[in-house]
Amino acid sequence: MARMELNGIAKAYGTVEVMRDIDLVIEDGEFVVLVGPSGCGKSTLLRMIAGLEPITAGDFTIDGERMNEVPPRERDIAMVFQSYALYPHMDVARNMGFSMEIARAPAAERQGRVAAAARTLGLDTLLARLPRALSGGQRQRVAMGRAIVRDPRAFLFDEPLSNLDAALRVEMRLEIARLHRKLGATMVYVTHDQVEAMTLADRIVVLEAGRIRQIGAPLDLYERPANRFVAQFIGSPTMNILPVTAEAGAVRLADGSRIEMPQARPGASHLGIRPEHLEVTDPGEGQIVGTADVVEHLGSDTNIAVSVAGIGALMVRRQGTATLRPGDRIGLGIAPGKAHLFDAEGRALRPAPAD
Amino acid sequence: MASIRRTPALLTALKYAALAGYVGFALFPLYWLVKIALTPERVIFSEGTQLWPSAVTLENFRTVLFHSDFLAFFSNSLMVSLGTAAATTLIAAASGYAFSRFRFSGKRLIIAVMLVTQMFPLLMIIAPIYKIVAAIGLLNSLTSLIVVYTAFNIPFATFLMQSFFDAIPKDLEEAAMMDGCTRFQALRKVIVPLTLPGLGATLGFVFTAAWSELLFALMLINSNDRMTFPVGLLTFVSKFSVDWGQMMAAGVLALVPSCLFFIFIQRYLVQGLTTGAVKG
Repeated sequence: MARMELNGIAKAYGTVEVMRDIDLVIEDGEFVVLVGPSGCGKSTLLRMIAGLEPITAGDFTIDGERMNEVPPRERDIAMVFQSYALYPHMDVARNMGFSMEIARAPAAERQGRVAAAARTLGLDTLLARLPRALSGGQRQRVAMGRAIVRDPRAFLFDEPLSNLDAALRVEMRLEIARLHRKLGATMVYVTHDQVEAMTLADRIVVLEAGRIRQIGAPLDLYERPANRFVAQFIGSPTMNILPVTAEAGAVRLADGSRIEMPQARPGASHLGIRPEHLEVTDPGEGQIVGTADVVEHLGSDTNIAVSVAGIGALMVRRQGTATLRPGDRIGLGIAPGKAHLFDAEGRALRPAPAD
Repeated sequence: MASIRRTPALLTALKYAALAGYVGFALFPLYWLVKIALTPERVIFSEGTQLWPSAVTLENFRTVLFHSDFLAFFSNSLMVSLGTAAATTLIAAASGYAFSRFRFSGKRLIIAVMLVTQMFPLLMIIAPIYKIVAAIGLLNSLTSLIVVYTAFNIPFATFLMQSFFDAIPKDLEEAAMMDGCTRFQALRKVIVPLTLPGLGATLGFVFTAAWSELLFALMLINSNDRMTFPVGLLTFVSKFSVDWGQMMAAGVLALVPSCLFFIFIQRYLVQGLTTGAVKG
């Protein structure tokens, strides 16, 4: 079991600073997902936790013990690599039991743990195979098995599902969620896939350009993004961002329409509204009028790209099917209380607390 | 796929003809070697240019094996070549690993210097080498040959080994280190088994190079009982005649270890051991 604490962690390659001021506490048994666009430093951060990448500055502790200079083998942390990194010359059983082989654990205990992990992951019949004789999904399971067998105090996952096809990815995602519930171990998971982040995480850490932009529970980030970056990164399709001019208690869109917003105050420069919070109405109703450009029927939902004169393109999402056709004139209403306001620096403006 | 199937038969035939031509061209000297070795001495000059002699004999082999210094040459060569191959491969593996995995200052400089050493014609440095070897009292010893050959083969062998290490994903080592290995354990348990094909190739390459080296062996060795095989071959050339049959027989025998060696390492050379390591 492990509580990890990162205090002012920074990373530099030579004189190039890629990461700084990372403050993060990962509670014992917590599932934390590091998410962000490629190059944001999420993998580097994970590798620093693993001990595979030296920490340039700051303190990293596990259960109060400083870990900065401790080599990976002494951190008692297991890691599942994006590439799986299975040892190609060892069969599945030896791959999974390798850590115990290195630790000189008794063979009987090792075999018992390997067998138990194999049963959990449905690998019983594959133990004698070499990795090259396995499918991608099976390799992924072996990589997870290798981590489980060790019974480490924490698990790290570096984009473990990104090499799987879509169906398998959903299946393994559930598997990982189950595993977390069963083991109750601390897990840190890196992904660029926000669906994985939203579904797996107790808390999500959103990174951009080597900085933490927001930390919070999945729905927190969805409902109360701290800034434009997080607002647009979480949620799919992406949140619409419209430039506005602020008035007292309202904002005015570029096409002149006025939208009442209690949090509106001088300095507000952009309005954010998620596609699912725009309601399709008859033209003339709602605050905005536009023309449906593209209608994407997904079955459960319908995505409509709407072009609005003076504003540009807006994405709208409706539950169920819609009878709209490209070229139809429609009105759009902003669901009350669902719009977000951001200032020129991209910070979210919150409604003043009600007295 | 479709375009491959539609390849005209003529083109295929031409391809095979070209390959057959090349193989014939490459193997013809070998064939000639064996043929002369089997030709009895009395007909060698009358039928020397025929494709197959009217009579064959193993007499040349018998003479070479039992009535010449051949076995001494052979064991000298074996010692020098194995020693060189082992020393070079060990050092090249270590330096190749360092070049492949570590970042250190002066790395580029060292690589550049190693490349430069490969640019001098041997003839230019043979005199200084002779001086050095003489000064440390190693003249006329097999050790001197092992040292000199090792020094000359290390740069190339290092680059060869480096490329083999480069081909092994870093993830594997990191996974091993997460699994509790020290860097050295990771090297021994994970990297070395996967580098066997590379080690085999390097061993084979260096062995062959040392086995057939003549110039230094000629310069640094002068007594009969220390001669390596290529130098020994020259003893079949006397002041008045060349004993072609015996020389060729000795040549055929000299091919045996190389062939055995390559048969032995062949499976490591072809095997793609890293398949299945990462995704794919």
